[in-house]
Amino acid sequence: MKPSAFDYVRPSSVDEAIAHLEQFGDRAKVIAGGQTLMATLNMRLSAPELLVDIGRIPGLSGIEVRGSLVSIGALTTHREIERSALLARHVPLLTQAAPHIAHAAIRNSGTIGGSIAFADPAAEWPACCLALDAVIVIRGAGGERRVPARNYFHNLYETDLSATEIITAIECPITPPARRSVFLELARRQGDYAIVGLALLARIDADKLHEVALAFVGAGPTPMLATTAMTALEGRTPDAETLHAAREALTRDLDPGPDLYTSAATKRHLAGVLLGRAIAQLMSGGDQTHGTA
Amino acid sequence: MALPETEITLRVNGETVRKRVEPRQHLIDFLREGLDLTGSHVGCEHGVCGACTVRVDGRIVRGCLMLAVQADGRSVETIEGVSDSGELADLQHAFHQRNALQCGFCTPGMLLCAGELLATTPAATREQIREHISGNYCRCTGYQAIVDAIETTLASRRANPAGAGT
Repeated sequence: MKPSAFDYVRPSSVDEAIAHLEQFGDRAKVIAGGQTLMATLNMRLSAPELLVDIGRIPGLSGIEVRGSLVSIGALTTHREIERSALLARHVPLLTQAAPHIAHAAIRNSGTIGGSIAFADPAAEWPACCLALDAVIVIRGAGGERRVPARNYFHNLYETDLSATEIITAIECPITPPARRSVFLELARRQGDYAIVGLALLARIDADKLHEVALAFVGAGPTPMLATTAMTALEGRTPDAETLHAAREALTRDLDPGPDLYTSAATKRHLAGVLLGRAIAQLMSGGDQTHGTA
Repeated sequence: MALPETEITLRVNGETVRKRVEPRQHLIDFLREGLDLTGSHVGCEHGVCGACTVRVDGRIVRGCLMLAVQADGRSVETIEGVSDSGELADLQHAFHQRNALQCGFCTPGMLLCAGELLATTPAATREQIREHISGNYCRCTGYQAIVDAIETTLASRRANPAGAGT
């Protein structure tokens, strides 16, 4: 289908964009890469009066190290993240997750800011941001604010971002070399919508897991931080008993809904399967392997 | 609500084009209906099938997930331009030789998609080829032959780097 009619502006600064949003409120939509929004416009699930194209605002794109964190501009594309040597070295979880995002042509256009703004619980970046304890940098008429990802996702497609604000950057703490990361995802076909996926980080010391962070894709109304399972794994050797306890904990942490092909019970089971695979991969060094169904 | 129009200026297959478009018009509809470049096809119109794959500033995009107004000031290439330049002539020849097209509907998108792999991953394996074209549907299900054709082209370009595209 074709979108319904709308007007279009392409502001050249964040302030100008926010002024448009202040004027139109929820009758306006922000477009950046458009890889989610365009599909919803085409299907007329969304019919804004005004499209505010922030795609060419200078200073919102690029990846740079700032002290102990890496700042990723909101307009940075999935492809730029996938190919960033800086991120491969400092935040390898993102490098591992990127190939799971849709397909090459979509990764060339879609942006990390758009993914966080839309907050699809089955998207990769939101879960990565939870696991990494990243910070979302948001600008509104009142200035800039920084919201920890762990406080940002409220409910299905509901976030801390208001209709008159714009995400300008994502700040990820640098992952120390001793802390390994793994991203795994199950999909029916490479690049398809995730059935379930996970992001896991931990430091291994004398075969025990420390500083465990675990977040799930497609396992609830938001990306899900598996806090109970994190506690069950923390300081433990990941033997069969520990893994069993962590999988039990996932029944409290996760709240998956069924989709067209997969029941909630199957998703819960698959989340436990993926956790076992992820821990095995972590213990063997963590690597760039893509999870496949 | 009156349909507003915006003037855009862009390069299409190397030529400068200036047109007035409705903001809601997709890039793919602009190319097909505004410029009669019907080589790129329209399939699902929500980013799933890949039939509308074109290049913008050298990178493949979905023509149905980009507005014509977003292409203002950009350089767009379609299968017509790429065929004329001969850049993918070897790949097109391999598609022919390997019978990698049946109805041909997916072919323009498939060629541009594969072209990006040829340029970025010269040593791609069959698995990587499959991953790369996973966003392009062939409803004739001729995937084996398509992978064969891409693999053949990769191998011949590796053997004869100077001969790429010829």
